[in-house]
Amino acid sequence: MNKQTFDQLKETLYHEKLNNGLDVYVLPKAGFNKTFATFTTKYGSIDNDFIPLGEKEAVKVPDGIAHFLEHKLFEDEEGDVFQLFSKQGASANAFTSFTRTAYLFSSTANVRDNLTTLMDFVQKPYFTEESVEKEKGIIGQEIKMYDDNPDWRGYFGLISNLYEYHPVKIDIAGTIESINEVTKDLLYTCYETFYHPNNMSLFIVGNVDAEEIMTLVRENQSSKEFPEPERVQRFFDAEPAEVAKAEQKIPMNVKTGKCLVGFKDRSPDRQGEDLLRHELAINILLEMVFGQSSKNYETLYQEGLIDDTFSFDYSGELGFGFSVIGGDTSEPERLAQRIKEMVDVFVKSDLDEAAVESIRKKKIGFFLRSLNSPEYIANQFTRYQFNEMNLFDVIPTLESLTMENLKEAMAEHFKTDTQFSKCLVTPKDET
Amino acid sequence: MEAVNVNQFSQGPVRVHVVQSDTYKTNTLVLHIRAPLTQEEHTKRALLPHVLQSGSKDYPSRQQIRQSLDDLYGATLSGDVNKKGEYHLISFKLEVANERYLKDETPLLEKAFQMMTSVVTNPLLEDGKFKDSVVKSEKRNLKQRIASVYDDKIRYANMRLNEEMCKEEPYGLFVYGDEQALEEITPQGLFEYYQKVMKEDKMDLYVVGDVDVDQVKEFVKNHLQLEERIGQQTSQQPSSQTQRDIEENVVFEEQDLKQGKLHLGYRTNVTYQDDDYFALQLFNGLYGGFSHSKLFLNVREKASLAYYAASRVESHKGLLMVMSGIETANYEQAVKIIREQMEAMKSGDFTNDQVEQTKSVLKNQLLETMDAPRGLVELMYHNELGDKARNLDEWIPNIDSVTKNDIVNVAKKVELDTIYFLKGTEGASDE
Repeated sequence: MNKQTFDQLKETLYHEKLNNGLDVYVLPKAGFNKTFATFTTKYGSIDNDFIPLGEKEAVKVPDGIAHFLEHKLFEDEEGDVFQLFSKQGASANAFTSFTRTAYLFSSTANVRDNLTTLMDFVQKPYFTEESVEKEKGIIGQEIKMYDDNPDWRGYFGLISNLYEYHPVKIDIAGTIESINEVTKDLLYTCYETFYHPNNMSLFIVGNVDAEEIMTLVRENQSSKEFPEPERVQRFFDAEPAEVAKAEQKIPMNVKTGKCLVGFKDRSPDRQGEDLLRHELAINILLEMVFGQSSKNYETLYQEGLIDDTFSFDYSGELGFGFSVIGGDTSEPERLAQRIKEMVDVFVKSDLDEAAVESIRKKKIGFFLRSLNSPEYIANQFTRYQFNEMNLFDVIPTLESLTMENLKEAMAEHFKTDTQFSKCLVTPKDET
Repeated sequence: MEAVNVNQFSQGPVRVHVVQSDTYKTNTLVLHIRAPLTQEEHTKRALLPHVLQSGSKDYPSRQQIRQSLDDLYGATLSGDVNKKGEYHLISFKLEVANERYLKDETPLLEKAFQMMTSVVTNPLLEDGKFKDSVVKSEKRNLKQRIASVYDDKIRYANMRLNEEMCKEEPYGLFVYGDEQALEEITPQGLFEYYQKVMKEDKMDLYVVGDVDVDQVKEFVKNHLQLEERIGQQTSQQPSSQTQRDIEENVVFEEQDLKQGKLHLGYRTNVTYQDDDYFALQLFNGLYGGFSHSKLFLNVREKASLAYYAASRVESHKGLLMVMSGIETANYEQAVKIIREQMEAMKSGDFTNDQVEQTKSVLKNQLLETMDAPRGLVELMYHNELGDKARNLDEWIPNIDSVTKNDIVNVAKKVELDTIYFLKGTEGASDE
């Protein structure tokens, strides 16, 4: 077991890579009632074209199948795994993102039993034709719920403007039509390929003893058999560097409009420290142009174009990277125009060093605050690790970013001629 | 569970509660200002916290407030209104990093105090009233916030159910006020209302973190100077229940939507003040609160009608709300199942094992809530809202002592008041 200490943060992280390839991390947190654990596979909605384990030919699977699989894993021969967790006083959940599927529980008692349950249910698939059919009704309602949600529609509308081929543009849950193509056998194919321990990571954070937890995990894993690990081969069509579509309007049954604009990364091939530096730089820059303490925010607010739903965010993984800016507005078209103008002015001007320092401080404070949250630590750590970076490098990296780094990132990312797109949600009766 | 160490004292009209804990890397301040919810004042009250956050004497613009927060290592300040029972709360929350974890040893906590009290007690004025331009832009912002409820169909259905169910009670009022009343607010009128709030409302300040009580006393004394109230404070508890014969009320509404929203409102006739409050919590857990509940199992897992089917309790008004998103054509079937499950609760159709299971999940949820500073404050504040002193360490023994019989007795008090169904146009005529 490796031990790493982060003195300033007063945190100690334990790590071990087991023989079957599974990465296990334990972060003891005294003072907390809660223990939180995530069991995550590097498999998300974008992984729809791959060579199944033990085969030679690639297959294409229906949109939304990773998410469907997440729902179905909770069913066991004996019934519903939620029941078992709740009998042990835990609450369990799961989520699927573009690149990951995570299963988690949090509990304040019976940590050993709950951890065993987590490992066992994720590593024991049980699908029947009948239960797959029944799940289509439930997921169908989940899809329809999001279809009526203007924020979600605007967000995916924007991503589908940015990307022409990359599956990041596809809704994580798929469509009513695509989930209808899901079968028991397809679920097993995906499961066997992506749920190998070698493609997974287990993170436990809470009031626990690291040695004791590691022993439990080791014993549980060595009692199970897995085929030899193979590196999963995934395929993605070549994606143009520029945006696919400059704009889109989505008329919906809403009273207030929405404006979302985005910038597409030209070369989304970074991993490790490169990616960490890049995303921190973009985050600082976004905060400088549109943060609540910026002149631009104040101006847009006074012009009546934004309200406190206005926000921004950057998402970057291997293969795609983009920022999203926007919120509710009564004038979506004008807000998009103003944002574009402000970015153009920003990239032409010098970086204000005092503002950079202030935002650096703000980001450090945000990070410290996040360490109060076991959920944040476990979820983010895994995302960082899958991208070959370390969550605990965030503060030193923030401190070491130079003005040069920021200027480079600014010149590359914020290009309004080729990398920019807008998606507007408008009230239906106005058009 | 670790004992929660609370120190309480009064400073002028403010009741201060200090919770010492070294679990967190931040310090949290929460100020709750409460008054009864009324038709005459609810819109002004919703507007007030936003006007206050737009500038104070020491930080005369929104941007200056935000910049100062960034400089405090990204401290976060938020102010908003909430409805708890028939109280309308204005709440300000400030969270700031604990300087012990930073290289730079700025006294962040005192600055945070200064910041929050400046915003609350030292507003920016012009000719003895709030600034015209500020009030104007915050009115626009609030108007948009009121309108945006329509766009989030789950929130909209909740609001409509409350409105229909509590037509003649203050609880039926919408937390953000109404558009008509908003039009009529003047800077002068709002400032007079502010003065009344500062003179008459009940105030509770919570300080959570690795702090020193004497130091907090000092900070409060130096920064939060408010006039001592003359005479007894009017602490009249708003009526929590209108006793009347309930006749089931059914309300349909139709919109252009993919999914129908089915919301049911029940009167439980039990509130936080009652001894059977904990039996009510267990009732809710078994009926619709958790993933092992009757609603989840029967509406979602067995009938596959919905992605979510859940219930929650409003502790101070004594209401229980059921919500689910379904295919419009499945209305009859869903209502039938929801009613049947309520009957099953009333007739004691659940096992002691299920009661035990619900107890462990509920206790787990409670302990997890206590892990987060804001959660801890929310739990403690129940005592002020319900005017009932109940220590945090009484909660778990109270949950443990509930019997199946207690739950059935509570179930028998629960009465269906209103069914609200927001019909979708899609799929309305299938089957």
